[in-house]
Amino acid sequence: MLARRIIPCLDVADGRVVKGVHFESLRDAGDPVEQAARYDAEGADELVFLDITASYRKESTTLAMVERIAESIFIPFTVGGGIRSIEDAGAALRAGADKIGVNTAAIRDPELVSRLADSYGSQCIVTAVDVRREGEQWMVMATGGREATGLEALAWMRTLENRGAGEILLTSMERDGTRRGYDLELTHAAATQLSIPVIASGGAGNLAHLAEAFEAGAHGVLAASIFHFDGTTIADARTYLRGRGIAVRP
Amino acid sequence: MIAVVDYGVNNLASVVRALAAAGHPGTLTADPEEVRRADRVVVPGVGHFARAAVTLQVTGLGEAIREVAAAGRPLLGICLGMQLFHQESEEAPGATGLGILPGRIVRFRTTQHVPHVGWAEVRPTPAGRAHAVAGPALGAEGTYYYHVHSYHPAELPDSAVLGTGDYDGIFPTLVGLGSVLGAQFHPEKSQQAGIAFMKLFAEWTP
Repeated sequence: MLARRIIPCLDVADGRVVKGVHFESLRDAGDPVEQAARYDAEGADELVFLDITASYRKESTTLAMVERIAESIFIPFTVGGGIRSIEDAGAALRAGADKIGVNTAAIRDPELVSRLADSYGSQCIVTAVDVRREGEQWMVMATGGREATGLEALAWMRTLENRGAGEILLTSMERDGTRRGYDLELTHAAATQLSIPVIASGGAGNLAHLAEAFEAGAHGVLAASIFHFDGTTIADARTYLRGRGIAVRP
Repeated sequence: MIAVVDYGVNNLASVVRALAAAGHPGTLTADPEEVRRADRVVVPGVGHFARAAVTLQVTGLGEAIREVAAAGRPLLGICLGMQLFHQESEEAPGATGLGILPGRIVRFRTTQHVPHVGWAEVRPTPAGRAHAVAGPALGAEGTYYYHVHSYHPAELPDSAVLGTGDYDGIFPTLVGLGSVLGAQFHPEKSQQAGIAFMKLFAEWTP
C-alpha cells in the first residue's frame, strides 16, 4: 500500500529557513542543513527546499547549500526557487536534488515543463502553483505571489499535467502562514480533476489540518510552521494520522 | 570493489552515499573496463528508458554490465537501472534494453494517480522469502521503500518476482534471477531500510 506523505518545507532566504504569512513578514526558523537533518532523523517522508528569494531577485538557487543538505539526508529532496532552464535544473540535480520544483518559469514558458520532463523524466518534475481566490475562481500568481497571471488555476494545472509534470505542489496564498487549515475545496478540486499526485500546501496549523487535507484527496501535505515552531514532530503527526485512519508509513 | 555505473543519469551521488553508510564504499565509474573488473556492480538511475538505453549501447557500458551478469557477479539495478535490465519498455517502443532479466516494463494500468510516488509497502513473495537479500530486506510482513515511477516490471516468471507492491493491483517491485537483482524502489532514498538493503546487497554471495 502507498502511504500518504508528510513533507516539511524549508523556505530559505539568505541562507536561513524562514516562514512568512501570506508569503510576507518572514520569521527566522533556523539553519537549513540542521533543519533538514532533523526532519530526516524524525522520519519525514520527503523534504522540500524552496529558495524564496530566487524568483524575484533573479539569482540562482543556492547550490552549495543544496549539496550540504543532500549529503546529510536519505529521503527524497525537492529543490525549487529560481529554476528557469534545463541547465538550472541539471545543476540542482547534480548538487543532490531528486526532484526539481518549477513555478514562475513554467508560467513564462510552459514549453519548459515539457523539456524538463523529456530530459529528466516526469517523476522528477514538481510544478508549484501559487493560487489566490478571486470570486468563484482560483487564479494563479507568479513571482512568489507578487504578480497576477490571469491563468485559472485548474486549467493551468491540467496544462502542466499534459506537459509532463509529475506532481503538483499546490499552495493557497490566502492560507499560507495563517494556520487556519488548508484550502480543502481547492485541494479536493485539484486531486479529483488531475491524474498526477497533488501536494497540499498553505495553512497547516495543527495535526487535524493535515488529516483534513488527506481526506480531501491530497497525496502529500506540505507543512512548515507546525514543525518549525511548535515542537510537533513528524512522529507525532504520523501517530495522530494513523489514529484518524490515514495510511502513513510505520 | 563495488562499481556504481555512471551513464549520464542523475541520482548517482545518493547511491554512493547509501553504500558508504552501509559500510561498503562504492566507486563511481563510466569506464566499461572498470565495470568488468568490479566485484559487484550497481546501476542506478532516473530518467528516460530510450535515452539511457542508447547511452549504455554507445558507451560500451551495456556490454560490460551484461558480462558482469553472465559471470555471475552480483548486479543491482535501481529504478531505471533495473528497467534497463529488461529487453523493452512501453516508455520507449523500439528501444532495446539489456535483456538480462525476462519480462518487460509496462505503464501502470490504473485509475489511480500516476506517477506512483511515495513510501509503499513491499511484500515478499515465496521466492523473495527464500532469497538471501530480499528475505531479510523485506521481512516476513513487508517493508516500506520510497517509490517514484510510472512504469514497472511485468510478465516475469514467479521465480523472478521477489517483492510486490499494491497500487490498485499487485505489481513486481523487487525482481531478480541468479546474481541479478533489480529494485523499482529507491533504497538510497529509503532511510534505514534502504541502507540495510544496500548492506545486504554489498555482502551478498549469490
